[in-house]
Amino acid sequence: MEIFGIPTQALFGQLLIGLINGSFYALLSLGLAVIFGLLNIINFTHGAQYMMGAFCAYFLFTRLGIGYWWALAIAPLAVGLVGMVIERLMLARLYKLDHLYGLLLTFGLALIIQGLFPNEYGTSEIPYAMPQELSGGRNLGFMFLPNYRAWVILASIVMCLATWFVIEKTRLGSYLRAATENPALVQAFGINVPRMITLTYGFGVALAAFAGVMAAPIYQVNPLMGADLIIVVFAVVVIGGMGSIMGSIVTGFALGLIEGLTKVFYPEASNTVIFIIMAIVLMIKPAGLFGTQR
Amino acid sequence: MFSKRSIIAAASLACAASLAQAQISDGVVKIGVLSDMSSLYSDIAGSGSTVAARMAVEDFGAARKGMKVEILSADHLNKPDVGSSIARQWYDVDKVDVIVDVPTSSIALAINQITREKGKAFLVSGAATSDLTGKACSPNTIHWTYDTWMLANGTGNAIVKTGGDTWYFITADYAFGLALERDTEAVVLKNGGKVLGKVRHPLNAQDFSSFLLQAQASKAKIVGLANAGGDTTNSIKQAAEFGIVKGGQSLAGMLVFISDIHGLGLDKAQGLIFTETFYWDLNDQTRAFAKRFAAANSGKYPTMVQAGVYSAITHYLKAVQAGKTDDGTKVIAKMKELPTEDPLFGKGTVRADGRKLHPAYLVEVKKPSESKGPYDYYKIRATIPVDQAFRPMNEGGCSLVK
Repeated sequence: MEIFGIPTQALFGQLLIGLINGSFYALLSLGLAVIFGLLNIINFTHGAQYMMGAFCAYFLFTRLGIGYWWALAIAPLAVGLVGMVIERLMLARLYKLDHLYGLLLTFGLALIIQGLFPNEYGTSEIPYAMPQELSGGRNLGFMFLPNYRAWVILASIVMCLATWFVIEKTRLGSYLRAATENPALVQAFGINVPRMITLTYGFGVALAAFAGVMAAPIYQVNPLMGADLIIVVFAVVVIGGMGSIMGSIVTGFALGLIEGLTKVFYPEASNTVIFIIMAIVLMIKPAGLFGTQR
Repeated sequence: MFSKRSIIAAASLACAASLAQAQISDGVVKIGVLSDMSSLYSDIAGSGSTVAARMAVEDFGAARKGMKVEILSADHLNKPDVGSSIARQWYDVDKVDVIVDVPTSSIALAINQITREKGKAFLVSGAATSDLTGKACSPNTIHWTYDTWMLANGTGNAIVKTGGDTWYFITADYAFGLALERDTEAVVLKNGGKVLGKVRHPLNAQDFSSFLLQAQASKAKIVGLANAGGDTTNSIKQAAEFGIVKGGQSLAGMLVFISDIHGLGLDKAQGLIFTETFYWDLNDQTRAFAKRFAAANSGKYPTMVQAGVYSAITHYLKAVQAGKTDDGTKVIAKMKELPTEDPLFGKGTVRADGRKLHPAYLVEVKKPSESKGPYDYYKIRATIPVDQAFRPMNEGGCSLVK
């Protein structure tokens, strides 16, 4: 059986691959959505923080002999901490100003970080080994699925849903959302709003670092690994609706699929298709698919 | 006592010397190293090319010979418009006499044209397209280190002759990738092989799984990677992940550099066959150069592109000295006239169409157990002699040789 001249089996393979890439888009856009939705900061450092997560895993392994599984926990913590320091020292001073200042600050930071790393590490990929337990793969009949990629999909879905659950369905989440709406009132109830905001930024950054560690065994570690990705991820967030948690998750996976299909039918357009979709969505629904006008 | 004749000779020599000085524009030879300093090709060329340029000027002893040489460098960001505007700025405002390196074929082709308009000199080391000595050949350009025809011919021949007769191409979608694919396809077909399909990916793609899956489905014996730099290493690494080699298909890296092997690790790269024109471990001279180079380039050994920059500038300075001018067109003519010789590529010549000739090496990546340490990566499988390494001059369609 064939669809548009492509055997169905090959098509299934491509869809699955799209889902894997979508996992990364979802994880990254989720972090951005959390930060934007709750803090109103457009975090342009996100790509650099994703890269720092991967580098952290690499350092943990080469300097301390700590492997992938621990890195998956330690790297997000470490990079998240760095994020919190940035929030406390710099971002916290900008909340009263226009969005643009936060954007400029984080964009500048990203440029600095992505300029410093190549000085030391060049721009070639630095190898990072796949965990032994997840090497190899299985034959699904229509394609050979590497175990690690299957793990990426699984981990990403679990992480995304857990985040969504915490923010939308728990008491902590409701405090957070309330603090976004009216910080003064929430403060009056005895909740330490600045600390909560710092922790939220740290969490968003940790999500980026988590994605970085997940990416390291597949894409290898490279100072510029986040620089190109971040632009695509921003497009994903815009399509999903700035700040919408579920929107960013769903669009992340969906755009991965669409991009996957483009790679089969017209590979030359595979790196522009997301932007074309973005343009169309912005024309029809300026707030994004899941967004609400603020 | 001086004889009358020797006094006249000395006087005329002095005259010639001052005349020569006047022929060097503003008394200084300005070399512009234009490269990818920050992105996927920066370990292949990049700041290492500037290091090589500096070493060439030092080793030539420019200062000792009374020649003033200055080196500029800039980052073209892999964008033809950025590269072109830097080139114009250099030629028009900064009085640069020669531009060297320029990885990324699309930019090299643009600068090839600008250099010709301005009557300057262009020594290409980083870019690969064989069009530079074919339909785009110019009296102001020499293509130094390698080209797509040479890669295709060296690697393609060797693989088809050992049974790899069905191919699937994964090609970078720009001038270089397309040229490499075209040249390799010609070699495959000439040797009785078949091309089962091809897919074009955008430059600097991160994820190759989709393309690899299509290659896998094609059941071709050889998956030809007509790309370079990070694109190649990512393809190879992800091919391992998807079990392409385990499934019985082989990978052919059409353009692989030692920096790529260093990044991949021997574990992933072992057994890969490709063609290079320089390897640091060829003889005592190349080893000595590599050591000095690595010391100045944060421990990284020279790629063939960086070695080519050294060699090209060495010959350029010789020609400037011999011709007593840094006029672009005249120096290039002089460079074609003089035989080349340097410690890295040995003896060679520059052909009328602007092709620098030297042998090429078919190399195979060592197994981890065979390597003695970092950068001990290649086994030389065959040396392709000068007369076979590059495209015969009459097949390129260069207007200079008709």
